[in-house]
Amino acid sequence: MPAKPSWFNLTSLVLGFSFLYLPIVILIVFSFNESRLVTVWAGFSTKWYTALLHNQQLLEAAWVTIKVGAISATLATILGTLAALVLARQGRFLGRTLFSGMIYAPLVMPEVILGLSLLLLFVAIDQNRGVWTIIIAHTTFSMCYVAVVVQSRLSGFDRSLEEAAMDLGCPPVRTFFRITLPQIFPGVAAGWMLAFTLSLDDLVIASFNSGPGSTTLPMKIYSQVRLGVTPEINAICTLLVLLVTLGVIIASILTKRQKLKRIEEERLAAAHL
Amino acid sequence: MARKPLGPIRRTFLPWDDPGEQPFIEFRNITKRFGSFVAVNDLSLKIYEREFHALLGGSGCGKTTLMRLLAGFEQPTSGQIFLEGNDLAGVPPYKRPINMMFQSYALFPHMNVEKNIAFGLEMDGLSGKEIRSRTHEMLSLVKLEGFRKRKPHQLSGGQRQRVALARSLAKRPKVLLLDEPLAALDKKLREETQLELINLQEQLRLTFLIVTHDQEEAMTVADRISVMDKGSILQNATPGEIYEQPNSRFVAEFIGDINVLDGQITRKHREDVQLFSSVLGGHLSVRYPTSADVGDHAALAIRPEKMRISFEKPEDQSTNAIQGEVWDIAYMGDVSIYHIKVAETETLRAIVANTTRLVERPISWDDQVWLSWDSDAGIILTR
Amino acid sequence: MTETNLFPKDLTRSETTPPLRHEPEAPENTPTNPVRGWGRFALICVPYFWLLLFFFIPFLIVAKISLSQAAIAIPPYLPLMDWSKGVMGLWEVAKSWSLDNYIWLKEDALYWQAYTSSLKIAFLSTVLTLLVGFPIAYGMARAPRAWHTTLVMMVILPFWTSFLIRVYAWIGILKTDGLLNQALLFTGVINEPLIILNTSTAVYVGIVYSYLPFMVLPLYSSLEKLDTTLIEAAEDLGCPPWKTFWRVTVPLAMPGMIAGCFLVFIPALGEFVIPDLLGGSSTLMIGKTLWIEFFSNRDWPVASAVAIVLLGLLIVPIMMFQRHETRRNEGDM
Repeated sequence: MPAKPSWFNLTSLVLGFSFLYLPIVILIVFSFNESRLVTVWAGFSTKWYTALLHNQQLLEAAWVTIKVGAISATLATILGTLAALVLARQGRFLGRTLFSGMIYAPLVMPEVILGLSLLLLFVAIDQNRGVWTIIIAHTTFSMCYVAVVVQSRLSGFDRSLEEAAMDLGCPPVRTFFRITLPQIFPGVAAGWMLAFTLSLDDLVIASFNSGPGSTTLPMKIYSQVRLGVTPEINAICTLLVLLVTLGVIIASILTKRQKLKRIEEERLAAAHL
Repeated sequence: MARKPLGPIRRTFLPWDDPGEQPFIEFRNITKRFGSFVAVNDLSLKIYEREFHALLGGSGCGKTTLMRLLAGFEQPTSGQIFLEGNDLAGVPPYKRPINMMFQSYALFPHMNVEKNIAFGLEMDGLSGKEIRSRTHEMLSLVKLEGFRKRKPHQLSGGQRQRVALARSLAKRPKVLLLDEPLAALDKKLREETQLELINLQEQLRLTFLIVTHDQEEAMTVADRISVMDKGSILQNATPGEIYEQPNSRFVAEFIGDINVLDGQITRKHREDVQLFSSVLGGHLSVRYPTSADVGDHAALAIRPEKMRISFEKPEDQSTNAIQGEVWDIAYMGDVSIYHIKVAETETLRAIVANTTRLVERPISWDDQVWLSWDSDAGIILTR
Repeated sequence: MTETNLFPKDLTRSETTPPLRHEPEAPENTPTNPVRGWGRFALICVPYFWLLLFFFIPFLIVAKISLSQAAIAIPPYLPLMDWSKGVMGLWEVAKSWSLDNYIWLKEDALYWQAYTSSLKIAFLSTVLTLLVGFPIAYGMARAPRAWHTTLVMMVILPFWTSFLIRVYAWIGILKTDGLLNQALLFTGVINEPLIILNTSTAVYVGIVYSYLPFMVLPLYSSLEKLDTTLIEAAEDLGCPPWKTFWRVTVPLAMPGMIAGCFLVFIPALGEFVIPDLLGGSSTLMIGKTLWIEFFSNRDWPVASAVAIVLLGLLIVPIMMFQRHETRRNEGDM
């Protein structure tokens, strides 16, 4: 690729990324607006953030969301990792096609259908809806994302490491925890983060499967947005965006550093034979 | 066979010639299929205690599958494998007293050298003190004491190879499996390591099974070699026998260089055989025990280093001598390889050691020369 | 969750009772797979049954309810199964199934319009996303090597941040007294504020914006692999740059283009949040119709029928997409 970007390429990059980021930047800027009107700048203020702290309902919803996100992400990571192991390691078995179909379908299935179908299941088995039904719903669709992420990590994994461990007397389950898991850990961690943000983000599936006392933050935001745009929503959105952005950036810096360190050490080993 | 084994014998260790000796490892009628592909085909093999055995063959010949069957990573489609007389069927790899050194070394990237070596000992539930002393012992065995805390990616290729070796030896397995252990090393390091492996095996008195595609490596390290092709063992014998008495054209051509002349047996008296070669239009005499009889098609095979070249016809009537023209000379330093065209469609190779620096009248291109060899230098191949 | 606790327990059990030595046992054939017997069974079963119970069976229930009648009750549909009657009950149930809900969907112009306008919006916004995404992906692929990781990261980052928030952000911009109109009025481009929010234009903007990363990433990975010497070769052979673009660059970027289009089209078809927040009442989309049937009209059987038809619409593109992906991965096109 040529080292000097052309004017056309540079322009399309600048325009493209402005399009991607400008709305979020505007949203963040207006969360510090003095005025109640989100579209007219009336001076800097952090009063909407203070207001958030006193909005009991919002705080409650935030707590529910984090709880649902953490539990469902953890469950989804466990189930998704198992599913990835099955897909990558177990070869053929009865119903494999159905299994891989069930892993890939939720990735493209409209949320309205996922939400509706699960709700009808809970109704059919007479399960009252609440936090746990949302957790189950989120676990189900995010485990598929985890499975895909972990599977791609597994496919780049040297099988002989597992064989070596077993050869040295390590039974299969222990081999998984001692050898496989540490090796695929970056994939598993990325899977957890993805599952957590998917859960944090979800409005539609949660709306179908929530019950009294289990309103999540997106549901709260949605119902307030329908009433109108307020700086208070901007403020909570800003916090959410910053939370996720920070997480992603820190994770990517850590992995990049580790990679650089490793390259440097390999270079040293080659030099000092 | 009444003949004494030829070639270099490293020591008088010949348990396979003793009918009273029980095999340490026995493959009995092993077949392994992957779908429609037959990797190992009804194969039987006995390996004896403290033997250094090599499985030699090209890629896809089934040698690695055979080793993985012994390690327990694959289950045979049919047949049985015995270790010290016990059937290994159903014994998972982690319960077999067999350890393997992997071609890729398979060092655990997240553990340092010490942890890698201690891994197997930990699995055995040894005490921390014992693990430390055994690990230390292994580290000094492979001369890596200064690298205890290094991670695999901080080691050179040769160091990684030694860690892998130490790790697989740490548990003092009954059998050590080596899967192309030296393939990733450069030539010089490989040759050094081959000798180290031999010493290690003698020192530890263990049974080694090595898989390799490198015939020189197999010849150097092994007590016996099994030459494999298409899932079967063609010949299982000592390096000397494999080289001097190959039982088939495949084995003869796989190990080293050899001249093969097709012909028909015209006379046979005990071991003295006369063969007519239509290409040369003459008779050749061989002294070799063979089951082939007069009238059978057979081939005379002879190694290039057993051939002589001269300007004059040798006087001894018992030797075979044919005339030819020097077609090509490859000067290798220590030896020269002469390609002698003996017929329109036949070129034979002779290796001559360069014993002096200067020769009065060197043999050169297009010279007419005599190619000769003793009747007991060649062998008869019937398949 | 009890399901997850099953895993270590079951596997440990299998591990403590392996087939003993000397046991004459027919060797089973599971190539290169050391996890056998109960361990393997448990490993497969845990995720399998989870998905069967919470993904597959719910679809059967949706299909079943779509065939039943609405009722003013809790739950608001007539029961379909009377388990007490056993197999005979099953037969009676099958007799009571009706296609009424589907006939209703067909006869009511509203649903028909919702489907066609969903297809139209999904298709047009896919084309628009491609038009917007291509120059970005092209610019990324042609940027200096050192920028690549950062640029990819910058495209992925919005994908991690909340979808709802990103859609919400556009309301403030597109409103009649929003920032876009303010800016346009201020610069004198227009005299009257444009009405964009609550029209289908806003939906297009929302879809293009939200799904842009899905288009840019596969396009970028195709374009990035493209060897610049190919372009130089074409120009060397006398092909002018614009023609080189059409004859060399575009055909070679095709696999990424197709993947990106599917990744935008499929989810856009069933989109709810964007048409609801940006499209207002004038924009009909099927995801929104389903939502309204379910939450406002409380007609669960009709909502289920709407879901089944939407699924039917999606099956073809989903299968095409999966075939394309397997080919793309195998052939590394």
